[in-house]
Amino acid sequence: MSFVDNVARSFLLTEIVKGFGLTLKYMFKPKVTLNYPFEKGPISPRFRGEHALRRYPNGEERCIACKLCEAICPAQAITIEAEPRDDGSRRTTRYDIDMTKCIYCGLCQEACPVDAIVEGPNFEFATETREELYYNKEKLLANGDRWEAQLAANIEADAPYR
Amino acid sequence: MDSITFDTAFWLDIFNTYLWPLLLIVGKILLLVVPLIVAMAYLTYAERKVLAAMQLRQGPMMVGPFGLLQPLADGLKLLGKETIIPSGANRFVFVMAPMLTFMLSLVAWAVIPVSDGWVIANINVGVLYLFAISSLGVYGILMAGWASNSRYAFLGGLRSAAQMVSYEVSIGLVLVTVLLTTGSLNLTTIVTQERPIWVDVLLFPMFVVFVISALAETNRAPFDLPEGESELVGGYNVEYSSMTFALFFLGEYMNMILMAAMTTVLFLGGWLPPFGIAALSVVPGFVWFAAKISFVLFVFLWTRATLPRYRYDQLMRLGWKIFLPFTLLWVVVTAGVLLYNHALPGMSAAM
Repeated sequence: MSFVDNVARSFLLTEIVKGFGLTLKYMFKPKVTLNYPFEKGPISPRFRGEHALRRYPNGEERCIACKLCEAICPAQAITIEAEPRDDGSRRTTRYDIDMTKCIYCGLCQEACPVDAIVEGPNFEFATETREELYYNKEKLLANGDRWEAQLAANIEADAPYR
Repeated sequence: MDSITFDTAFWLDIFNTYLWPLLLIVGKILLLVVPLIVAMAYLTYAERKVLAAMQLRQGPMMVGPFGLLQPLADGLKLLGKETIIPSGANRFVFVMAPMLTFMLSLVAWAVIPVSDGWVIANINVGVLYLFAISSLGVYGILMAGWASNSRYAFLGGLRSAAQMVSYEVSIGLVLVTVLLTTGSLNLTTIVTQERPIWVDVLLFPMFVVFVISALAETNRAPFDLPEGESELVGGYNVEYSSMTFALFFLGEYMNMILMAAMTTVLFLGGWLPPFGIAALSVVPGFVWFAAKISFVLFVFLWTRATLPRYRYDQLMRLGWKIFLPFTLLWVVVTAGVLLYNHALPGMSAAM
């Protein structure tokens, strides 16, 4: 009997027809991929993307040159030099991040006592030359100005868990 | 005859008897070939889109709206590449092989009736002609495999040839069954022949066998062993690049369309509206023809998305030990049933 069953099954292509049904069903399911440059997936507020140096609302830069980030950086991607400013406050004269060394671990933003260095939501900063990835203070501050609204929102969203 | 006077009658005669028919035929051929090539280009697009949809992906989206210009971009890319001829290759055969494949895939279309009376050559041995041309397709592949002077290409070519020859046997027997019911080798007659419903039921298993054999014949999944990437790199066309590769590619897809057209003509009623609904005949025949071909092609793509690749010995087993006996049996059964019902063509009048 099982012989007849087997022969009938293979000649009626039952399993293959079932498979066809499955693929047809899948054809009308919503797609799981995104049309990337035009559509982007949601990003967590904790997302660790491109770095930025933030400012206070009055325009003063937050960084106080404590060099905690430089000390904790496992890839030693951060270089800081500091001097007292004319008004006596301590500020950085140089704040470089070598983005080719950075491993995006987020330890710098964990270490920062004043929420100055943060990793923002931007992950599309590919460049055509290596030199463009050696970020200096100017570039980092510009990033901070550019992304400030989102950075502030992200820090606030994540504050209860810190 | 005065050499200065222009003999109008003579030249008119030349024009009427030779030039005008030539122009007419060239026009007809262009009218068929240009849409075919466009269809072939968009078949590659459809393949990628259908596969993508069944795998929950989007497929090509970047070039043009919904990626509609992707085939064009692919073609231009291939054209812009360098044609590399391996140093150990037989140059003449190496270059001839893709041309042969491509030409054969186009030549077969001469007898396919696209709509009522829309056929370039309405010959009475249409089925035989189609069968002959599609069998010749093996030569292009064998030539390519041999002339490349590469082991991968050679093995791929051998596999292709063996596979195509094996499945041609069952295709031949399927054709015999169809001919038994219609009594004509003329494709237009096969389409227009009225078939009682029980004949259609009788032919249905043959339809399935034909579609499966067509998949094997065109080296499509699940029978795409000749280009088995996992073991043969790319099959018989590994050494080909640029235009020579494009011709193989075109030829392969054209053969798919041809096989779909054959299925349509033999089993699905060609340009006639589906299920014989007379009201639907307001839509011109070639639209139905194209729709039916598209459906068969969709089934081809669907198969590719559904089934994994056969092993080579399984492929041969299916061809020789299942399809061949089954089709032989079915030829006999069909003939017997037709004879019993006095429904063999040309028989009813005598009995």
